[in-house]
Amino acid sequence: MSDRKIRVLIAKPGLDGHDRGAKTVATVLRDAGMEVVYSGLHQTPEMIAEAALQEDVDVVGLSILSGAHMSLFPRIREALTARDMGDVLLTGGGIIPEEDMTALEGDGFSKLFGPGTRTTDIVAWIETAVNERWAREEA
Amino acid sequence: MTTSHPKHSAKGYAERVVAGDRRALSRLISWAENGNRSFPEALEALYPSIGQAWRVGITGPPGAGKSTLVNELALALRSTQFGQREVGILAIDPSSPFTGGALLGDRIRMEELTGDKHVYIRSMASRKSHGGMARAGVDACDVMDAFGMERILIETVGVGQAEYDVMGACDTVVVVMCPGAGDGVQAMKAGILEVADVLVVNKSDQAGAERLADDLSEAVHTRAIRSDEWLSETGDAWSVPVVLASAGKGENIDKVLEAVAAHRAMLASRGANGLEDARRKKRVAQVRRVVDEVLDERVWSTAELGEHVEDALAKGATAYGVANEVVDQLLGAGALAKTSNKPSANK
Amino acid sequence: MSQTSTEQSPRELWEAALAKGRVRDTDFNTLSGQEVKTMYGPDDVSPDYDENLGYPGQFPYTRGVHPSMYRGRLWTMRQFAGFGTAAQTNERFRFLLEHGQTGLSTAFDFPTLMGYDADDDISLGEVGQVGVSISSLKDMETLFEGIPLEKVSTSMTINGPAPVMLAFYIACAERQGVDPALISGTIQNDILKEYQAQHAWLVPPEPALRMITDVMGYCAKHTPRFNTISISGYHIREAGSTAAQELAFTLANGMEYVRRGVASGLDVDDFAPRLSFFFDSHLDFFEEVSKFRAARRIWARKMRDEFGAKNPKSWMLRFHTQTAGVSLTAQQPENNIVRTAIEALAAVLGGTQSLHTNSMDETLSLPTEKAVKIALRTQQIIAEEHEVTNVVDPLAGSYFVEAETDRLEADAEAYFKEIDERGGVVACIDAGFIQREIHRSAVTYQLAVERNQKKVVGVNIYDEGDQKPEIDIHRIGDHVENEQRARLKELRANRNEAAAQAELAKIRAACDTDENLLERFVAAAHADCTLGEICNVLRDAFGKYKEPKIL
Repeated sequence: MSDRKIRVLIAKPGLDGHDRGAKTVATVLRDAGMEVVYSGLHQTPEMIAEAALQEDVDVVGLSILSGAHMSLFPRIREALTARDMGDVLLTGGGIIPEEDMTALEGDGFSKLFGPGTRTTDIVAWIETAVNERWAREEA
Repeated sequence: MTTSHPKHSAKGYAERVVAGDRRALSRLISWAENGNRSFPEALEALYPSIGQAWRVGITGPPGAGKSTLVNELALALRSTQFGQREVGILAIDPSSPFTGGALLGDRIRMEELTGDKHVYIRSMASRKSHGGMARAGVDACDVMDAFGMERILIETVGVGQAEYDVMGACDTVVVVMCPGAGDGVQAMKAGILEVADVLVVNKSDQAGAERLADDLSEAVHTRAIRSDEWLSETGDAWSVPVVLASAGKGENIDKVLEAVAAHRAMLASRGANGLEDARRKKRVAQVRRVVDEVLDERVWSTAELGEHVEDALAKGATAYGVANEVVDQLLGAGALAKTSNKPSANK
Repeated sequence: MSQTSTEQSPRELWEAALAKGRVRDTDFNTLSGQEVKTMYGPDDVSPDYDENLGYPGQFPYTRGVHPSMYRGRLWTMRQFAGFGTAAQTNERFRFLLEHGQTGLSTAFDFPTLMGYDADDDISLGEVGQVGVSISSLKDMETLFEGIPLEKVSTSMTINGPAPVMLAFYIACAERQGVDPALISGTIQNDILKEYQAQHAWLVPPEPALRMITDVMGYCAKHTPRFNTISISGYHIREAGSTAAQELAFTLANGMEYVRRGVASGLDVDDFAPRLSFFFDSHLDFFEEVSKFRAARRIWARKMRDEFGAKNPKSWMLRFHTQTAGVSLTAQQPENNIVRTAIEALAAVLGGTQSLHTNSMDETLSLPTEKAVKIALRTQQIIAEEHEVTNVVDPLAGSYFVEAETDRLEADAEAYFKEIDERGGVVACIDAGFIQREIHRSAVTYQLAVERNQKKVVGVNIYDEGDQKPEIDIHRIGDHVENEQRARLKELRANRNEAAAQAELAKIRAACDTDENLLERFVAAAHADCTLGEICNVLRDAFGKYKEPKIL
């Protein structure tokens, strides 16, 4: 009688208040059948990691348009690892230059999405990645 | 922490929960939600540690300010005035009936609690099965209880049978309303008052709050006089208090907690077993829910029975006729007839 | 229909031809999803010319607020700029003034916008990133070094802590030896749309509105040439609203400020002339031109007929425009120059008073100097080469534009009614109504793009696969944060600490009375109190704002 759903935390780190993308993605993931916890704005790395832990999410999706991704994203990854949540699927999007994306993707982030991304691509990517993990867990 | 069981086994998780490991707490709640096969074993292991928490249900119509009230209650419970309690919060939101997904946004209103190591907040979606949701909600509370939460606040939107079932498993139920949006009369019609142990009129600074409080006082008073069954069931004439509060402004939050404490004291005052009796009744209800759910699952898990029903109907049998035959097969002859003749034992 | 085809009217013939003709597979709706007809004619427009259009410079100002419009004076070309330290932005300001820009517009970084000092923990990683970091009067003085404040008009895009930033600016003028009565410009100071769309708030709505009426009162007396609020639809639109929602929510906010001003005891004509507006100019050319025209007409009618304003300046809706940031694509970024040019043209044909044109590289990072220059040149080309400034309101009388203007006014009126029924703008914010409306429109548009109902060149049509744009990135180094921290440390070490603390205590006390807070902020600025210190006092006195759950 297993009824497992993909659980996602959509979070807005830092001080920028532009949440159009975060809320749109949250809504689309919900419509794709996922359970989406929305953190609200102005979250510190500690708050995000703590929410991810309490909600036992499979995915943490960060949205940032403030240019602070290179200082905030690694701190969020560290805060997650400190909570034994290092295995959570870490992703995000926003105004992030190509070379920063590459650097972050080599540093614990599975994939980052830039402007113009189709939400259907995000859904498909999450579904594939989470299902692969679940299959590995089962095995 | 000395672990005698593998970290990721049912017993291992249970041990970690009792030892205060929040990661394990989260994981076991997920197991409860997902109906994980190993969960009953984990719960079994947790059983000796369950029973310390006071479970307060908070329900009411959308827009009544439940999340804000829960936030304020938790902050108050963390203060010295109310004993700096360990607080668990379970915020339940409906799943989309079309996609099965859910948006869980209650944390937005509880931001300052996220950094407090003595507070744990968990969002839960109602998912598709009503019985399943009620079970998962109670299971999640049990896990939090075993973890060492002294107060558990369970928030649900006050609509639907599943929500009532969750509230039914709480020690004290607080029903929240506000003037205007959550119209009191509407709520009374919807039967929301039936489950209330404490009534809160939130947004007390808004026009119409006093009036709503008066109307509600009148309604619970009338109900107390008319309902013999209700009186006999509880044994005491617990007069449901109506508290005016403003969660947004943090006003009269202490009055709400005092009303909850008074309700608790009332239950405790019914002799040595007062509390236990009340809880036993709730456990019986939970067992029924689990039995229903497991039966449903097992009976209909294979295609066979469904096909048999379709065949029988195709051959001209009536719905009742087929049902009778199925239950007879499962439980022995005449089972359906026996139960359907009796008045419903459970309301 | 008539029996014999020979008796068909031209219209019937056209309709018949239309029915047989080919139709491309697209929805033909406006960018906001509004259905439009194939053609508009005399039946589609309001009949009363004088009542609905009138003459430029006359009520209801549908055709513009000046009699000669751009023949008299071109719009102010005002490029929004700011990044890094005050000194770096000062340099960019001078660059823009040298290249013919006629007004300044300041972008602040997020810590500043949220009322935190550069050395606050919460500011880590964000100092100087998307705008200039200003934590004190000293920073403000550096920002405008060598720029005479009595000569240049300055716009400051800040809201939650706007009254404090304005105090820094007034104090800065005083230090330059300039009479505050001579300074001109605009402080955005539009807190209502922050709760609705942009989310850079400081305290809850009620105390925030009180500070705004304090600003109106103070400025009416001391800085009569300074616009006290720029009531902004830009952020509402960028957050995903439709054109009609942008129009409706912005004007509803404007009316709320007027109500508050009047309720605080001011005469409507004392402050209404200093209210200005700020709109988005998006991709849909005709819908945008119509939106600007409708905005002027609605405001004039409301101010004269509902609020009883007598001064025609109170009736006039003057506005700044920025081209739509959300219409820019990261793919093939040079295409953004074209989008921006046409959006800018819509703003000009809609009668804007000032204009910012976005740079092509803004979806990738802060704009580079080259991109900023092209954006400014775009305005100059429109102004000088295309001959579009010769005739006032040249699209007036277009059946379609007039019908769209009427439609947008009607849509806005419907929202005003609904907002009223829901208890007013603040109640709608508390309940999340406006936020939810915007969110729904944003999702609808996103899905329309993904279903190829709305085309975006380089994204869902004419895309070039995974080809990466070859474009320079403008980066802000870590040194900015370190420099700002050092400056603040020095400031705190060298100021008269007792005097600073005394000013902060006076602010705290004034929060509980009806003393004008802006007066206190100016005094605190002179005592070198920092932005964060003052805002912490306000957060402590008035509480923090929490957004409602809208998802």
